[in-house]
Amino acid sequence: MSAPTTSTLSIRDLHASIGDKPILKGLSLEIPKGEVHAIMGKNGAGKSTLAKIMAGHPDYTVTSGDVLLDGESILGMEPDVRARLGLFLAFQYPMEIPGVTIANFIRAALQARLPQGEELEATEYYAKLYAKMDALSVPRNFTSRSVNEGFSGGEKKRCEILQMAMLEPSYAVLDETDSGLDIDALKIVSAGVNALRGPSIGMLVITHYQRLLDYIVPDKVHVMSEGRIIHSGDKELALKLEAEGYDWVEKEFGKNAA
Amino acid sequence: MSLSATSDVSIQGIPPVGSTGVTGIAPLPDASSSSRWPQWFQHDQQKAWETFTTLRQPKRNDEPWRFANLKSLDLSDFQPAAPVQDRDSLIARSSGLGETGAKMVFANDEMIHRDARGLPANVLLIPLDQAAREHEDLFRKSFMSSEVRLGSKKFATLHRARLATGAFLHVPKNVVIERPIEIWHWVEGEKASIFPHTLIVLEEGASATVIDRFVSARDERSLAIAVNDLTLGKNSRLTYVGVQDWSDRVTAFHLNTTEVERDATSTALQMNLGGSYVRGESDSHLLGEGSRSVMLSINPASGTREIDQRTFQDHFAPRATSDLLYHNALGDSSRTIFAGLIKVEEAAHETDAYQKVRNLMLSDEAEANSMPGLEILADNVRCTHGATSGEVNEDELFYMMARGIPAKQAAQLIVRGFFGSVLERLENESLQDHLGAILDRKLNL
Repeated sequence: MSAPTTSTLSIRDLHASIGDKPILKGLSLEIPKGEVHAIMGKNGAGKSTLAKIMAGHPDYTVTSGDVLLDGESILGMEPDVRARLGLFLAFQYPMEIPGVTIANFIRAALQARLPQGEELEATEYYAKLYAKMDALSVPRNFTSRSVNEGFSGGEKKRCEILQMAMLEPSYAVLDETDSGLDIDALKIVSAGVNALRGPSIGMLVITHYQRLLDYIVPDKVHVMSEGRIIHSGDKELALKLEAEGYDWVEKEFGKNAA
Repeated sequence: MSLSATSDVSIQGIPPVGSTGVTGIAPLPDASSSSRWPQWFQHDQQKAWETFTTLRQPKRNDEPWRFANLKSLDLSDFQPAAPVQDRDSLIARSSGLGETGAKMVFANDEMIHRDARGLPANVLLIPLDQAAREHEDLFRKSFMSSEVRLGSKKFATLHRARLATGAFLHVPKNVVIERPIEIWHWVEGEKASIFPHTLIVLEEGASATVIDRFVSARDERSLAIAVNDLTLGKNSRLTYVGVQDWSDRVTAFHLNTTEVERDATSTALQMNLGGSYVRGESDSHLLGEGSRSVMLSINPASGTREIDQRTFQDHFAPRATSDLLYHNALGDSSRTIFAGLIKVEEAAHETDAYQKVRNLMLSDEAEANSMPGLEILADNVRCTHGATSGEVNEDELFYMMARGIPAKQAAQLIVRGFFGSVLERLENESLQDHLGAILDRKLNL
């Protein structure tokens, strides 16, 4: 696969393991800015692991391959450096951080992106924060609540999208953002994600169910199995997977394909 | 002030361990002027000095000093504090809350500033020696009136002997003071010793918020033995905060007694932000039915700091509540010690008593010792106690770093959050913000 080196998030023949156990076995993927790609696959295919490895989770070891952000390799960088370069991960299970308010948390994240000695302007910050919260139907009094503490599943996911909206990443990986959401919450979260779509961001949506892709319509759909992308197609592929399951695609394109 | 129970003051230090025969510094520091204390109290101080010299130094096997670094208790090197050089600069530096109800500033045990114009006319906020002269009954009733039970009797006795002045607050029946009262206690001078005191009496239905600020003028090694007596009449409400921010070389004792009458609520927070060796003792007496004592502490420990805290939640009356929450964050090779006892006396039915200590371990070299205790003599009570120790959660850290926050700052934010959950227990939001800002500065956030 030959890829342009700029304006893409490029994963090249990535192999990674946890302990001695290989998880990713030669995964390649190109997500240009302006596009939304979806990764689908059965439980255990390694989808969430891919998200964590891209973000730099210390539990995983990359054994070969590369991840390039606008042409620059991010492997070996600390998670915070990757984030400041423009990579965002919306967590499947966002962490609770007792005693740290959402307002202070997002402010610290924005402050970390400013040059040393420069202070975030408080009035502008709050104006922007409130606007984004309103758009995501997050009550304003959430700003003084501790990050994710006591939040419902839907509130946590909306809070993830709020952070994404505030941090304006150039690439976002959304890990099972639909899990645990009822249909109303799913619509709100999807609308929030769609509002951020545009030429300056590339998105990778990881999901187990096709349902999310009714609301966040992808440009491309990839099927992941046993640590690799085994098949890619357009949005119709998601519908076919929903209707017929994963067995056919694994038979046809998987490791033991004829 | 006149010199001394002991006549010979050629050796200027405070006598060490059980050194009854050794001459030490005088109970009253200033030989040139006559004491501002009334005769009876001067007599009291002389007796206290004699008692101090006969009380023996704590030993390793003494239960109230278990795990403590007893070397820190040799005070023989410390001297009486001289009057401060530059009062004006200390007064200028005594700037905390934007809006206070009143302010007092002490430096080396001398009152150098007092502004009580914002208080209702019948409220007393006066120096302690003045209270002893002009309000003897009130003073006698509430000044160090209960036994020192948590180990520091010797040091409390030294405090009594060496006391020069302090803050005395008396709030009459049903008087509500809205704005916090801020009291500053400065120490200045290498090897200087000071003995700050805050005595608060709330009559029935009264309400007040008091912040004691303990600060070093410079980065010096000194000694502070501070005492506060909090007396809450029926249905009164007190919020008391001690912000201990001594230099990292100070040996400090902070000894508290709280007495809570029927339906009154005391909320007391001790923040230990500085000091080399810090001994805290907090003794709450739940005297009246429906009384409530909330005991909070925030302890960021780093370097080689040792924070040694002993507490007592003593329930004498039915249907009272005590609720203790201490959070320690330990970095470097710091140490903390917590020993707390909940005691439910026979008459104290339907007691609710809680005690929770959490240690956040930030370093492999740090050491946290926790000794929760429970003694129940009544029926139908609800008591919980427990101590937990944990490290910074790696998944929390990763989550924050994935937002672009560097690891070190993320850990500080987690520590800040850990303390924030104690601050949340204060009801006053602007006070929470103020103390939160002090913490932010301390944690470089």
